Amino acid sequence: MSEMAIPFAVLPRGANTRIEPVAPLADADRKPLTKKEVSADHPTWCPGCGDFSVLALYFKLIEKRRMHHEKITTVAGIGCSSRFPYFVQAHGAHYIHGRALPFASGVALSRPDLHVFVFGGDGDAFSIGGNHFTHTARKNVKLTYVVMDNNVYGLTKNQTSPTSPIGFKSKTDVWGSKDRPINPIKQAICAGATFVGRTTATNPNHVLAMMEQAMDHDGFSFVQVLSECVEFYPGAFDNANPRKGGAFAEVPKEHDVTDEYAAYRLAENLWPGHFGVFYKVQRPTKNANEAQIVTDAQAKVAGLEPWQILKKNFDRMK
Amino acid sequence: MSDAAVATSAGGQPTVSKISEAVIRIAGNSQDGIQAIGGFLARLAGRSEQEVMTFMTIPSTISGGPSIFQVRIGSGEVLSSGDEADMLLAFYDHSYFNHLGSLKNGGIVLYDSDHLKAEAIPAENLARYRHIGVPISALTIEAIGGTGRDKGKNVFALGLLARMFDLNVDKLHRLLQERFTGKDPKIAETALNAFNAGYHYTLATATELYQFKPGENVGQAQVVMSGNEALAYGLIAAGVRFGSGYPITPWSDIMELLRRELPKYGGTFQQAEDEIAAVSMAMGASWGGRVAVTGSSGPGISLKTEAIGWASMAEMPLIVVDVQRGGPSTGMPTNIEQSDINIACFGGHGDSPRVVIAPANVEDCFYCAIEAVNVARKFSTPVILLTDQGIATRIEAFREPDLQKIVQDISPDLSPVSEHKPYDLSAPDGITRHIAPGTRVASGKYPVVTGLEHDELGHPTGSPKLHVQMTAKRRNKLKKLAAEIPTPTVYGPAEGQVLLVSWGSAQGPCQEAVKIARANGEAFSSIHIKYINPLPNGLEKIFEAFRHVFVVELNDEGLYGIGQFGSILRARFADPRIRGINKSDGLTWKISEILSRARALTQHSTNV
Repeated sequence: MSEMAIPFAVLPRGANTRIEPVAPLADADRKPLTKKEVSADHPTWCPGCGDFSVLALYFKLIEKRRMHHEKITTVAGIGCSSRFPYFVQAHGAHYIHGRALPFASGVALSRPDLHVFVFGGDGDAFSIGGNHFTHTARKNVKLTYVVMDNNVYGLTKNQTSPTSPIGFKSKTDVWGSKDRPINPIKQAICAGATFVGRTTATNPNHVLAMMEQAMDHDGFSFVQVLSECVEFYPGAFDNANPRKGGAFAEVPKEHDVTDEYAAYRLAENLWPGHFGVFYKVQRPTKNANEAQIVTDAQAKVAGLEPWQILKKNFDRMK
Repeated sequence: MSDAAVATSAGGQPTVSKISEAVIRIAGNSQDGIQAIGGFLARLAGRSEQEVMTFMTIPSTISGGPSIFQVRIGSGEVLSSGDEADMLLAFYDHSYFNHLGSLKNGGIVLYDSDHLKAEAIPAENLARYRHIGVPISALTIEAIGGTGRDKGKNVFALGLLARMFDLNVDKLHRLLQERFTGKDPKIAETALNAFNAGYHYTLATATELYQFKPGENVGQAQVVMSGNEALAYGLIAAGVRFGSGYPITPWSDIMELLRRELPKYGGTFQQAEDEIAAVSMAMGASWGGRVAVTGSSGPGISLKTEAIGWASMAEMPLIVVDVQRGGPSTGMPTNIEQSDINIACFGGHGDSPRVVIAPANVEDCFYCAIEAVNVARKFSTPVILLTDQGIATRIEAFREPDLQKIVQDISPDLSPVSEHKPYDLSAPDGITRHIAPGTRVASGKYPVVTGLEHDELGHPTGSPKLHVQMTAKRRNKLKKLAAEIPTPTVYGPAEGQVLLVSWGSAQGPCQEAVKIARANGEAFSSIHIKYINPLPNGLEKIFEAFRHVFVVELNDEGLYGIGQFGSILRARFADPRIRGINKSDGLTWKISEILSRARALTQHSTNV
């Protein structure tokens, strides 16, 4: 008989948690969370960074949709934009570079009561985390992924990113980048994302609308937000900003968001391209598929305690 | 086959000897169902309240190729798979010639005379071993028809063995029926026909038959399973309901089992796109409130190290199973080695303390899995379960656990709290415990979990003082754990000449070596260390009572001649008596190897 050094035990709350009774809070008593209540650290972003806008609109979304404080779940990887969870006064996880999506998938699949928001940048999403982007999209894990795309590596101070345009001069391509950039919208469509939206940080109402629609989508929702890096790529998105002489072209009204090929064609030119929902279809989510597997499996062991289910297996191994 | 008490022979019938144990090696090709016969024998032994241990090799090729299965069945304690076989069942020429070396002098060879011709057997072999040729292939076809080509040979051979060792035919019939039930009823019937044909074949050249003495574990229900199965079921018993992995031999069995079983308990196991995604999904689920599992073998563990470092920093409970195989790189995927101890203890950048627990055998896999989960939760730390290819794939019988008592519920507590600081430096026990998202914090201050050095709420800091304090916090909680781990007990007298130190699957072979050495008048003892990191307290006192301390492990002796665990113990205790007995041939320990190496080292004690 093997001996166990650490026996079975019910684990109480840790000594780092105060557990004196907390008065219940009825839904009716909840007020919309103010910006003050949901903001935490002051953002470390440079003045003028497009990411401020995305953060402000996340707060707006929380307020508008009357999200419950404890249910706000914010996950990020590494990068300037990935500092996001520190600025939100809510449960947050700042994970490793490029792996925010699988981390968030673990949360989403084990905690169906939460809607996870993942924030990150173009390096996190399309370079180091490229594989995860593809697979999370194809599996249609229910969560929202907001990529603040600035076409440059900012945190590490000006290297070429996977979305930097050809000719972009950075510290790693002083003569101008030669590699074909990734087209995030096409990438998302091809990978099987069921909601693909595009917006720009300079149009707050549109950012909010995209995030709201993404949150309401039952499946993997992806939003590309053009978010200017004023330090290393100033003016990158001026051509999408009417105030800077550019044009903010919305996705044409007649565009069929369920037409994969039309969406792909619409994403052909993203300089500056269109803004809005490119693609939106309903496909069973990973979460729903797994839940069905669980329902089917549990029907076969209905009424049994976990130890009794295990005992059945052990009985077969005698 | 030990202590044979020969019964009287009656009228030309073979004599029947009472034996307390036997080592049977079955050699053929992987598609012959070698593992199936071994499995039947192991299960039968378990049902007969006998101890059993198996050892098998599967070729790394996709199909075909030589394969072996060795079963050691004993009426008493079985500690290793046995150095030499008492019987070799050889299906082909190559099975015969490659494995004859593993047979003891005077051992029995049962061979398929349709493949190995009698005239091909060298005369000196005939003098050394007892040969019994049976046209297994032809007789199987005769018994069940020729449609299945080589199918059924294994079951025919099982019948032969059943006759030879007077195994319980009723129980074997039942096992066959259970195994083949649910399929076409004809298949079960065919299997029984093949078995019966083997059983009733007259072993004309056998002068002796054998009978096992009754087992010592009378009245105890035993379960028979592999180490990978025991580990996976242990995790389920511990309350784990989420896991994620990526296929790699020999870890895959665990993920396949969890994928199949967890939904019954309301859980799920996710096959991820890669090893990093696997560890990350499990980490996310752990943060979600219930400790989750990921796992792999060597190469996959290398890929997961960055994430494991995050778990150390964020102080996130997580179970990481490492079923070690021969390394480095792709190495020897289907061979045994214990060479991941360094990556398990130290893999990753920075000071990233974590717990490493190594199960000793199949039964231990079950209990260590539960213990790992409880340690991970209690100390909010990643725990690496370091098992190996040998334990993972071999089948053992062990006492059925009291599941009603053991199976635990670790559902997250989402009730609101008034205040929470995940990395509270003034918490009396100094241990982090997270609250899961979904938990309301009345103070309105919510925690962030992070890989950046952080303050008490998880927000980033560049403060040198906080980095020192938080580093100490992460270290000190494992020192607390070390103080809770019982000091291992010495197997054998607490003082003597030689102390063999084992970890993982070396426990059984070391204890068997001690038994043999003691019987020979040599003052050997052994000690087994389950907690590799942190080490239990009090080992130095145990070491002091011996003239030599030899760390027996399946890895290279390394640049300094003391192996991986040996190096850790040397660094910890600065005791020059600690030396290594190492090998890297990809095979399990033979008792004779341990003994001869230990004896040789005692002769050359230049380091003492």
